[in-house]
Amino acid sequence: MEPVVCEKLTKRYGEVVAVQDLDLSVRAGEVYGFLGPNGAGKTTTLRMLLGLVRPTSGRVLLHGRPPGDLSGVGALIEGPAFYPYLSGRDNLRVLARYAGVDDRRIDVVLDLVDLTDRARHKFATYSLGMKQRLGVAAALLKDPQLLILDEPTNGLDPAGMADMRTLIRRLGAAGSTVLISSHLLGEVEQICDRVGIVARGALVAENTVAELRSGAGLRILAAPLDNAVAWLRLLLGPAAVAVVDGALDVTVSPSRAAEINESLVKAGIAVSELRTRERDLEQVFLELTGGESNGR
Amino acid sequence: MVGSFRAELLKLGKRPATWLLLGIALTLGALFAYVIPYLGATSGTTGATADRGLAATLPANIVGNTLGGYPVFLGALLVVLGVLFVGGEYGWGSWKTVLTQGPSRTTVLFGKFGVLAVAALGFVLAIFLMGTVASVLIALAEDASLTFPSAFDIVRGIGAGWLIATMWTMFGAVLGILLRGVALAVGLGLVWMLAVQNLISQLAAPLLPWVDSAQRGLPGPGAGALVAALGAPTGTPGVSALMGGGPATLVVAAYLVFFLALGAVVLRRRDIL
Repeated sequence: MEPVVCEKLTKRYGEVVAVQDLDLSVRAGEVYGFLGPNGAGKTTTLRMLLGLVRPTSGRVLLHGRPPGDLSGVGALIEGPAFYPYLSGRDNLRVLARYAGVDDRRIDVVLDLVDLTDRARHKFATYSLGMKQRLGVAAALLKDPQLLILDEPTNGLDPAGMADMRTLIRRLGAAGSTVLISSHLLGEVEQICDRVGIVARGALVAENTVAELRSGAGLRILAAPLDNAVAWLRLLLGPAAVAVVDGALDVTVSPSRAAEINESLVKAGIAVSELRTRERDLEQVFLELTGGESNGR
Repeated sequence: MVGSFRAELLKLGKRPATWLLLGIALTLGALFAYVIPYLGATSGTTGATADRGLAATLPANIVGNTLGGYPVFLGALLVVLGVLFVGGEYGWGSWKTVLTQGPSRTTVLFGKFGVLAVAALGFVLAIFLMGTVASVLIALAEDASLTFPSAFDIVRGIGAGWLIATMWTMFGAVLGILLRGVALAVGLGLVWMLAVQNLISQLAAPLLPWVDSAQRGLPGPGAGALVAALGAPTGTPGVSALMGGGPATLVVAAYLVFFLALGAVVLRRRDIL
């Protein structure tokens, strides 16, 4: 059974459509990246998953159950929110009581996020990064099978971000399912098995990072360059060939690599390098989302 | 439900504002129910409230004298407590943190209501204890009788105080939910407690017979009539024998149930943003 399933999920606020007919499924044991520009509907979707916001239409299932039963689910949504007059430890004690979790688990999660030394201090005195780590600690209290993290590295310094990525990868390797929303492409690229890209409230792509990046074409180093350009334009059409930094970027299926190599060689052109050209994830992201950030 | 109650108890107990409000309630209660009446009586002044006399501050009148503040000023402090305890979750954005741990909204809310009821009882008992100490000190100073009301009267008085105090905390809690925050809820709650109630009873009711009748169905006059029936001095703001103790109890209890139900329905229906 898939831990997260959304079917035709829609949320409207009056005339504003925050999420539109969103289909999403997260497989057991994977780290799934939910990518999108600011205002694309990521947080609204996560809130619907957790029962904080009611969908206008569509269906959500967590472990096959409708929202409401969050046993085995941990979450950090849109930044950490705690009681400023309580210490980090007391905040977790409060949440452990809501969750029905033994207090001994608090020491475990504080250690996981490296906050044990500051646990006695009031939340109000924490830095943004420490608050974020406490938020992740709270999400881990139930030792969840499904962890939903909304922009978990917000406010963290580079070392903190690296630690967070390590923690998420470790959780994934241990069998937990992690759904992580982010607008940081590098972060998602490093830790996610699959990625869903959302734009204007709709899912516009869903695949592995490798598959999203692949299939753009071929990069060829050939001499003489002018002859190679002329020959390939004759073969594939003028729009398919571009010269970039002394090499040829050719928009063609990578499966035709051998055929093109043979054609160039037969035309008397020396090919010194021919490889599949991968797009970077940022390029894919901008193409799919239209480079928009609508601030919704 | 037990887990939510324990969580809320920890939050309330560790919150400095809870103890600040209790301290203010005890200070104001001691000042206006004992210190000022005692000083007035012993200095022989003849002001408008001088008719209370020394007797009101003695142990025999402890029930009525400690209940007198609940319709207005102690009530206002309890409204603030209710607003802070529930409205604060909106201000800090902590509803999502709590609800993603798994409890239902109803479970969390009734945990809060339960803890507010316990806090209200704590306020009532603390004020009763303060009144006991103050009245005994006055009786010893004046060589007056140390006779206390019957145990039944004391328990009935504490019960009535608890009912009224709980109703006001729930009023504050519902304002916090309806207005999704603290500032406006505290402001409007205090305007109602300190201004609107007085305007209705002092200005509108004497002019318009239908307002005079209608005010008997409001929570403040209900609380005022209930404490008046149990011996609270009628010169105290908000204390007025508009109806008997039985109907007044029903009015206060009805508002308590109404606030509980309204808070639960609104919190369940709204999105947590």
